[in-house]
Amino acid sequence: MSPDLMYALAGVALCGIGLAGFLILRHLLRRLLAFNLLGSGVFLILVGLAQHRGSPDPVPQALVLTGIVVAIAATALAVVLIRRYYHLTGRTSLVDDEDSQS
Amino acid sequence: MRQRLLVLVTLIFCVGLTIALAAGVLIAAEAAMPSGLQNQLALSLGRSGVEHPITAVLLNFRSYDTLLEIGVLVIAGMAGISLASTQSLEDPALRSSDSLLYALQRWFVPLMLLLAAYLLWAGADRPGGAFQAGAVLAATGVLMRLGGLPMEFIRPGMLLRLGLVLGFAVFLLVAVAGVLAGEAFLAYPPGMAGGLILAIEIVLTLSIGMILLALFVAAPVTAEHEPEEGAGS
Repeated sequence: MSPDLMYALAGVALCGIGLAGFLILRHLLRRLLAFNLLGSGVFLILVGLAQHRGSPDPVPQALVLTGIVVAIAATALAVVLIRRYYHLTGRTSLVDDEDSQS
Repeated sequence: MRQRLLVLVTLIFCVGLTIALAAGVLIAAEAAMPSGLQNQLALSLGRSGVEHPITAVLLNFRSYDTLLEIGVLVIAGMAGISLASTQSLEDPALRSSDSLLYALQRWFVPLMLLLAAYLLWAGADRPGGAFQAGAVLAATGVLMRLGGLPMEFIRPGMLLRLGLVLGFAVFLLVAVAGVLAGEAFLAYPPGMAGGLILAIEIVLTLSIGMILLALFVAAPVTAEHEPEEGAGS
């Protein structure tokens, strides 16, 4: 198993952790972080799988670079939206019940 | 109890999906990869205007992606700014007057600007480019803001708007100019690709740094500054 394949498998693990966090956690900021983890896992799979045999492939790398920049912008916009939501409603999650502050 | 059961089911689902994904990755790794795209790229790298393959893909062969990407960034920046209250874009209450931070800044800000310029220039033949340079530029802006250096250009106004759309506008102008000259959309005229890519990268760097900085500056809205919103909770 080459190191690049291990990168891809680490990306798979990140995807799993991110997906679980996104589904289970209720706090919006934690959900955002989990979603970013999921995205990072996808990037790692793309790059690792493309270069595990031979030289680095520039096409997926350019794709991932584009993806990272869009992810940063989306995350920043999400943080702005979450703050706005918090100021308007005083809540940190989308559900109504108070005991689900996980 | 029901909550706990739900979490357990979700966890089992996620573990199963992860195992399936890992199996898929291993199968895909075993399969013979058609690397036609890589060969094609190596063959046509000579006429792309730059020497680094990733920069060539980003700004020549797949520049449509990059154009749409900067479009997404501009929209995100506009949405972020429009959600923030006007005062918070330049808030003197957020300034710290830490003398140590100020002294550090006097060293760091010029160095970081220099690093951004180097990254931009290095993109032609080694790792680097507009996005890395833009990220460094935005980080410099964040540092300047946290340290309390006044930044007039970040106030809502002509300069901010110009900075936000500059990269997208120049990129689009080049793309449409290709159409008017009888070429394909986004096709650079032969012989001018290198210069055009450099010009696009410079304005992209400025715009990306500006958008990321504007999104960062738009985020901190404290309750004390917006009593009409905090009262509703």
